[in-house]
Amino acid sequence: MALPPLDPQFVLRGTSAAVHTLHFSCGSPEPDIPLLFSGSENGFIHVWNLKTRRVDTALDGHGRKSVYCVETMGGKDRLLSQGRDQRICLWDLAEGRTSVTDSVFTEHVGFCRCSLLKVAQGRWLMAMAARSLEEVQILELPSKTSVCTLKPEVGAKLGMPMCLKLWQLSCDSQPVLLAGYEDGSVVLWNVSMGKALSQLICHQEPVMSLDFDAEKAKGISGSSEKVLSIWSLNEQQNLQVYKTHKLVNAGISDITIRPDKKILATAGWDHRIRIFGWKKLKPLAVLDYHTATVHCVSFSDHSTPRERLLAAGSRDQRISVWSIYAQT
Amino acid sequence: VCFIPGGLDCSVSFVSHVLGKVCVHGRQKEILGVLVPHLTDLTKSDCIWQRICWRLVECVPDRWMEAVVLGFVQGAPGADVLSRLLGNLVVKNKKAQFVVTQKMLLLQYGHTTAVLQNLLGYLSLDSLRRTLLLRVLQELLETWSSSSAVKHSPAEQQLYISKAILICLSHLKEPEIESCRQELLTSMMEGVKCHLDSSLPQLRRLGMVVAESISLKINSEGPVLKFEYEEDDETRELKSLLVQTPPFCVVPSLPDDDRSEKAGAALLLVPESNEKPHTVALVMPDEEMDAELDSDDDLTPYDMSEDKELKIRAPVYIRDCIEVLTGSRSEDVDKWEATVKALESLVRKNPAATREVSVELAKILLHLEEKICIEGFVELRQRAQVAVLTTDPIPVAKYLTSQFYSLNYSLRQRMDILDVLVLAAQELSCPKFHGKIKHSGAQKPCIQLLPGSDSSKDWRRIVDERIKSKTRRFDMGQSHVELASRPNEFNSVAGHFFFPLIQHFDRPLTTFDLLGEDHLVLGRLVHTLAILMYLAVNTVAVTAMGKALLEFVWALRFHTDSYVRQGLLSCISSLLLSVPMERILADMTEELLETQSWLGDVMEKDPDGDCRRLALQNLLLMENLKKKLEAVPS
Repeated sequence: MALPPLDPQFVLRGTSAAVHTLHFSCGSPEPDIPLLFSGSENGFIHVWNLKTRRVDTALDGHGRKSVYCVETMGGKDRLLSQGRDQRICLWDLAEGRTSVTDSVFTEHVGFCRCSLLKVAQGRWLMAMAARSLEEVQILELPSKTSVCTLKPEVGAKLGMPMCLKLWQLSCDSQPVLLAGYEDGSVVLWNVSMGKALSQLICHQEPVMSLDFDAEKAKGISGSSEKVLSIWSLNEQQNLQVYKTHKLVNAGISDITIRPDKKILATAGWDHRIRIFGWKKLKPLAVLDYHTATVHCVSFSDHSTPRERLLAAGSRDQRISVWSIYAQT
Repeated sequence: VCFIPGGLDCSVSFVSHVLGKVCVHGRQKEILGVLVPHLTDLTKSDCIWQRICWRLVECVPDRWMEAVVLGFVQGAPGADVLSRLLGNLVVKNKKAQFVVTQKMLLLQYGHTTAVLQNLLGYLSLDSLRRTLLLRVLQELLETWSSSSAVKHSPAEQQLYISKAILICLSHLKEPEIESCRQELLTSMMEGVKCHLDSSLPQLRRLGMVVAESISLKINSEGPVLKFEYEEDDETRELKSLLVQTPPFCVVPSLPDDDRSEKAGAALLLVPESNEKPHTVALVMPDEEMDAELDSDDDLTPYDMSEDKELKIRAPVYIRDCIEVLTGSRSEDVDKWEATVKALESLVRKNPAATREVSVELAKILLHLEEKICIEGFVELRQRAQVAVLTTDPIPVAKYLTSQFYSLNYSLRQRMDILDVLVLAAQELSCPKFHGKIKHSGAQKPCIQLLPGSDSSKDWRRIVDERIKSKTRRFDMGQSHVELASRPNEFNSVAGHFFFPLIQHFDRPLTTFDLLGEDHLVLGRLVHTLAILMYLAVNTVAVTAMGKALLEFVWALRFHTDSYVRQGLLSCISSLLLSVPMERILADMTEELLETQSWLGDVMEKDPDGDCRRLALQNLLLMENLKKKLEAVPS
């Protein structure tokens, strides 16, 4: 028996520009306020107070150029943001400050979001698209030293990297990078050695977004066509297509798997957010609220399961926040 | 014929005389039908018989040589046989050389492809004769690339020459191609230009095929010339001529064939092996998954019945459509696409609203360019234009015909105007409800006038059928099918479509000169006028139209372009079919007589086969109609 269609729990308005990226920071216990960071097309990063549901702070650090990626680095006091001004900024937000402590000039003119991975206390690896067309650079933060540059072989014709995900199986294993490219293929790179382990053509169109479940060694990618592609990583570190799922309307901007690995959400060009079960990709819900392309979806990191939320940012300048399957 | 070897000196000149005399009297087939098979067998391995045969043909007197050589070339089963029978006759005998290299190739064009293969194969088989082959190729290319030949010689002759060129090319070897590469290139460039200039699609295609083949031969490694055209039997046949399969030198090339076959097979294998791992990988996980327990069953899905395909809705009002189409906002491309697709039906459903903005809409559609790639954009635009024109004929026709003669339109746009006028006229004059075609007694096959179509071909078909149906109807009396009748909507507007088009044809503009370079558009205009005339049957203006059309045809009757002449003859057909014969005889007597004598002239002397046929049909039609008029008591 199907449940009636869901409505958002609440909607955040006030960005006055299309919302391109979202990131929750709700992990710290009371009395810390749960926060939602959003990056908009007008260059502002808004810090939303999820208790009052209002903007606490607006950060302006990208010269009014669109911000398309925000991430926290170990807590809500340190923020990383990436913008179309070809810069990645590191912010210090502790004690009410709003200053940019450092920045990396990427010279990247595309839209590829960077990916962060904590490798040790106070040390992160960041994968980002670099100046050269097909290259991905891995930097260590906060030192900003280059770890390696991942260059596809000559004649591979992968195109621009479209989306990145750095991950490692456990704290002491090698970090690996999954990169989705313009030609529709996903490549697995070994970061320390700087070479490609496996390549899989998942789509006919550019890979718009991907996410990976390190425990199950399964990943999912979405593109501008009507197909979602699920692939797996076998013991030999080879990527294989697992299955594909046909969508009603073409175009996916963002995919994210909930931290408990039970469900995943996709942000669609058809203004809808779709929820699937991760195990078998069973369609669970279609969240229809926005009136323009949904650019990003993000799950919250609440420690209490029933407080978990899903947020979606769209071109219609709204952020919808949903509570879905929070009880499981 | 038995022969005793052993040094007997024998003169075969008597036999040659007999052979020559018989051939010149037209009995080549009979005598050579017997002689050639015998000689073929005898000369297969016996050198002496070969020499006898050569002596036989060499001794034929010059005045009969042509008939004999012609007979042999036609009768021989293959080029190698011909080579055995004639030897180096063409080198030794001037008359034979003339017949083979000039007469049969350049002055005649009725021979079959097999005969051409024989002839040119024969020239290629001996080193002495190969120089002749090259000379022949040069002369053929000269003819092929001469613009006056392309314009004035019949299509059949041009096809013949093209075939001969392709066969020659297939026989050429690398060193020979090297030596004449430059000339081949020059001729190809000139020739392809003349051919592409022609108004007849068949000639254009011929030019393209030959040019492609020449380019293939001279640039075997680098990029070759490639045209886009529709393949049909003729082009396929032509292309097949480019590859020669020599029957008797199979043995040395076998190892090569083996190697190439293996390479081909290896290439085929490699992609297959690449695909296999993927399919294997796909199969296994599915099987595994079925066995696993599904803990997702805990999660109840929500109601997703509203989740349908996203449809961009087109505007519902005509004025909104105008806004979208003229809007400069590049974001709303989805809406633009939806509008273009929905426009025709909107126009037809809202005639009153369309009439308010008809000219504006016509202007927008005439200038509408494909902003984003839509499938069938040209057709959608044309149908919308036709819908607007039929909804409000007079002002829109006025606008379109005036734009036809205005500055700064492309040839394509002018031809589009003509197409739209014809389609709209057809719709207005047809006794059918829009959207449903009722098959009337007088069959009117659909005139396809979308770009790229060959309207002259269809036109011929239409005229043929109409003539047949018309003649039959007079004989059999009234047709039995009762049609649902409707007032002829074309009646009130026929003149508005017709006269403005015919008015300014002789006034050149800076960018548009119908009587000069733009004879393609002139051809289309003439065909359009013919169709409009044909559709104007039973209208009030038909006699005036007829008179104007006759004058127009008279002014252009000596035009050099055969497409234009075909159009003019179609005009005469339409005139005869649409204007009642009493009116023609009453108002246009002298013109009719002059036209009759002109038609007779065309029928006998016009180089184009289609023109001759159309002229004959027109004369017959005239006779028929006159007879019927006299037969019916007034």
